Amino acid sequence: MLIDWFTVVAQVLNFLILVWLLKHFLYHPILKAIDVREKRIADELADADAKRAEAEQQCELFEKKNAEFDRQRIESMNKVSEDAKNESARLFDLARQESDTLRYKLALSLKNEQLSLQDELNSKVQKEIFDIVRKALSDLAGTSLEGCMAVTFVQRLDALQDAEKSHFQAAFKHSDQPIIVHSAFDLPDEPSALIVRALKGLLGDSVIIQFVTEPELISGIEMNANGQKVAWSIADYLTTLTKRVDEVMQSHGESHDNTQANDIGMVKDLNEEHSSDEKHL
Amino acid sequence: MHLSPDQIIYWQMGFLKINATIAFTWLVILILVVTSVLVTRKLSTDLKRSRWQNLLEVVVITINKQIEEVGLRQPHKYLGFLGSLFLFIALSAIGTVIPGFEPPTGSLSTTAALALCVLVAVPIFGIQEQGLKSYLSSYTKPTIIMLPFNIISEVSRTLALAVRLFGNMMSGAMILAILLTITPFLFPIVMTLLGLLTGIVQAYIFFVLATVYIAAATRTQDNTLSESS
Repeated sequence: MLIDWFTVVAQVLNFLILVWLLKHFLYHPILKAIDVREKRIADELADADAKRAEAEQQCELFEKKNAEFDRQRIESMNKVSEDAKNESARLFDLARQESDTLRYKLALSLKNEQLSLQDELNSKVQKEIFDIVRKALSDLAGTSLEGCMAVTFVQRLDALQDAEKSHFQAAFKHSDQPIIVHSAFDLPDEPSALIVRALKGLLGDSVIIQFVTEPELISGIEMNANGQKVAWSIADYLTTLTKRVDEVMQSHGESHDNTQANDIGMVKDLNEEHSSDEKHL
Repeated sequence: MHLSPDQIIYWQMGFLKINATIAFTWLVILILVVTSVLVTRKLSTDLKRSRWQNLLEVVVITINKQIEEVGLRQPHKYLGFLGSLFLFIALSAIGTVIPGFEPPTGSLSTTAALALCVLVAVPIFGIQEQGLKSYLSSYTKPTIIMLPFNIISEVSRTLALAVRLFGNMMSGAMILAILLTITPFLFPIVMTLLGLLTGIVQAYIFFVLATVYIAAATRTQDNTLSESS
């Protein structure tokens, strides 16, 4: 008999025990571990999805902010550029104004300097002329300059027209103011007496005459009273001298400019020749 | 020569005895359980896991998937019974490569016991799934005339299960024993490998047939209608 019923029963029991044991020690733990792992993977995937969604959101936000930043940057750059342009124009204007002011001040200063130089030159020339004339008169004629000037002054008074004389007389008749005679140097007694005599002869004895020395006076002797003036002056001589000096200086400057222009022309020609030589080379 | 390992008796007291079938069954059970205990003692739920755990996971998942593919919707429920069937028969077949190993499935008593287990398990799962009345009424489908035929079919397929497995396993062992006496060296090795393949295939066939029987028994009227539509 191939079937042993005891063995059959025993095998049935064995198999049932095997089923229970494998269920307990194999299937249940393995399936549980797989479930836990699957759940973990699913959680991680969900987490990754959430993080990806968040990252995409952040990326979108970042791109938006970036675009906004770019726009603001361009606007700022444009604004800064515009401001810089305006500021540049303003600074240019300011610099131009300052340059004009400085140029004007420089011109004024030059003018003042020129005037000052001219005054100084005038006074020196006057002094020199006076010294030369005084020495020449003293050496040649044995007379003094002051005396000659007083004589000349008196001659001018005498040479006045009648209308002018009457005008002077009318002007000083009712005046109790003294007649002031200005001179560039102290007049000696003799010329002073000559002048006093001449004026009293013209205006009467009651007239009061006062002498004032003014070294800066260009003219030799000058009399002012009630808007009337009689003077002997070397101003005309000086004016003529200045004019001639200016003419000389101007002519010298022109010749200098012409020379410079000629020099520039020559340099230009030389440059052109040089460039043509280079071309030939 | 023994046709069945039942005939190799190690110990006997009255009707109680320990023959080779029972002893090697215990050995197979011991190997399965000890391996399971050793591997599942340190189970990792992380992505990194041991090779043995990987192997057991592959085995369990494959069996589970096979059960599902045959048509059982909740494979976890049947995994214990059907998986144990497959593992027991497969390990018995693999053991044939070890000299001196007597496969328990080479005994008609064992295959009969397994077939009886299937015979009992099918109505139990069927009643669990669709209820006693519905299950019993399935024997009268499509008409009441089919009742004896269905019962005969139930018994005959159980018998077929037992005899098929026994025949294959016993024949393999017998052929091997005969060949060992004729050509002692090369040819038995080839036949052993062939027997190994046959044993695994038989384990798969037994497992799939049992699954199909249970699936047929647990298929409710609604499922049948929905599937047919």
